[in-house]
Amino acid sequence: MIKLTDIRKAYHQGQHNELWALNGIDLTIEANKVTALSGPSGSGKSTLLTLIGCMARPTSGRVQLGERDISGLPERFLTDIRRKTFGFVFQQFNLISGLSARDNVMLPAYPLGGDWRALHARADALLDSLKLGQRRDARVEWLSGGERQRVAIARALINDPQVLIADEPTANLDTALSREFMEILESLKQQGKTIILTSHDPLVVESNVVDRVVYLRDGHLVEAER
Amino acid sequence: MQIWIAKQKALIDFTLSSLARRKLKNLGLLLVYTVIVFLLASVMLYTHALRHEAAQVLKNSPEVIVQRMVAGRHDLIPPRYLEKLGRIRGVQHNEGRLWGYFYDNVVSANYTLMAPSQESHGFGQVADGKIVIGAAVARERGLAPGNLISFRSYTGKLFVFTVAAVLPHEAELVSADLLLLSEADFRAFFDIPAGYYNDIALSVANPQEVRNIAGKISEALPDARIILREEVLRTYESIFNWREGIVLVLLSGSILAFAIFAWEKASGLSAEEKREIGILKAIGWETGDVLKMKFWEGALVSLAAFLLGYVAAYLHVFHFSAALFEPVLKGWSVLYPRFELVPVVDGFQIVTLFFFTVFPYTVATIVPIWRAAITDPDAVMRG
Repeated sequence: MIKLTDIRKAYHQGQHNELWALNGIDLTIEANKVTALSGPSGSGKSTLLTLIGCMARPTSGRVQLGERDISGLPERFLTDIRRKTFGFVFQQFNLISGLSARDNVMLPAYPLGGDWRALHARADALLDSLKLGQRRDARVEWLSGGERQRVAIARALINDPQVLIADEPTANLDTALSREFMEILESLKQQGKTIILTSHDPLVVESNVVDRVVYLRDGHLVEAER
Repeated sequence: MQIWIAKQKALIDFTLSSLARRKLKNLGLLLVYTVIVFLLASVMLYTHALRHEAAQVLKNSPEVIVQRMVAGRHDLIPPRYLEKLGRIRGVQHNEGRLWGYFYDNVVSANYTLMAPSQESHGFGQVADGKIVIGAAVARERGLAPGNLISFRSYTGKLFVFTVAAVLPHEAELVSADLLLLSEADFRAFFDIPAGYYNDIALSVANPQEVRNIAGKISEALPDARIILREEVLRTYESIFNWREGIVLVLLSGSILAFAIFAWEKASGLSAEEKREIGILKAIGWETGDVLKMKFWEGALVSLAAFLLGYVAAYLHVFHFSAALFEPVLKGWSVLYPRFELVPVVDGFQIVTLFFFTVFPYTVATIVPIWRAAITDPDAVMRG
């Protein structure tokens, strides 16, 4: 369970271009569910996602992971929590070109220093489960958009995180690939993963896979939940 | 510990694939850096080995050499000098030496001619009418044992010698241009009367007394010039230092240009690299992990360059006779000695070179990364 209490986030605080992206968000995200954050551009969805995923700290307010308050932790501890608890799928996929699909998948595990062979086997198993086994040695820039997204998903899952975070995952996909993505989400949900994503794609927010949709506007929560 | 090793292995693995992705840039860097190390190491190895060689050769040379000076010029030693020197206490042994130079028009080269005594030089006596020649002379004149060779002496007389032997190749550093004759032939060739010598070689009983004995000699023979072995050694040392300095000055421009190029390439961070660092941070890498990875990148390139450059320099110096520096660092006139130096490597020199090449390069790769690596991981999400 992730609990956010009176979360506020400012960029360029104290400067002429100060911007308050979030203005007092109270939200509880249940474990083993799919939660979608929706709203227009600039509403604060992605900012909220970065705070939940320990990529940044709120200007004020508390973020609780389970019973632990993680909002004031230094970068080192946040990084540790981030790589063990969260897996990220970015809008642009953010894969490292020049590397093979398998190498990209293994990247988040490198700093953990686990067994090399076991890591290879885990990466191969993930790529197989996402029907990318035959493309594991291909460089990522040779892959199609859908394949790249599946590599990004495999990368997000390599450290077996409890929570998967996806930022606008279908923004660069056509309808067929978006449906395929939702199928993957469903299977992950069945495996007991907690999934938090941002989207204003009706195909996502209206999907049965999504348990809850939270709407944001101008940094405020517009609680028109489904 | 095992986790730490596994982590470093993973980082090195990623670094290697990272280096392979920017093949052209990294191979260029490696090449440039290898050339810098190669040049510096060649000069260092060469002059060190040459100094060592000279010291080895001079170790067996006489402790004191006495020459006679007339009007500030080197003149022949008259017969009574040997006897006078023999009376000085502390002189263990004295021996008159016969040597001179001869210009050979055929190959436009100067030869050193000597009449060896039993004790000196280890080449043994040469029979009358025979000649023993240095390897470079044999090469230039196309001679082999049994061949005849004739020289017209300074008196205008023609002398014909039979080549008895060619001096061993290993001794070429000191014998490239050497011709050994019998004493009678030598005296006849240069028209030096019996009892006269070019100089006198002395050995002393107690090496601590060399300077005292030198003082006594100059009292007994006021027209003598006394040359001590330690002074010769010091002169050689300064000559090689000077030559090393000249080469380094000549090379410094290009080495500096290479170094600036390597530094600029190593420290410049492309937009693509910045983006990748952002991705790594976003997927769970710490600032320290990114720095470690970049450390390995710098260390692997500079270490590889150091090893390649050093090995290439070693081969260049000890197997190819330092072909690039030959004209500056060794030899005289026309007959360059062709010799292979005995490989001598100085640990302190290696450490110095390592510190001045690997260390700055590694720092050059890490510093710009530091700035990129401390960016917030959410930059990727926002970007």
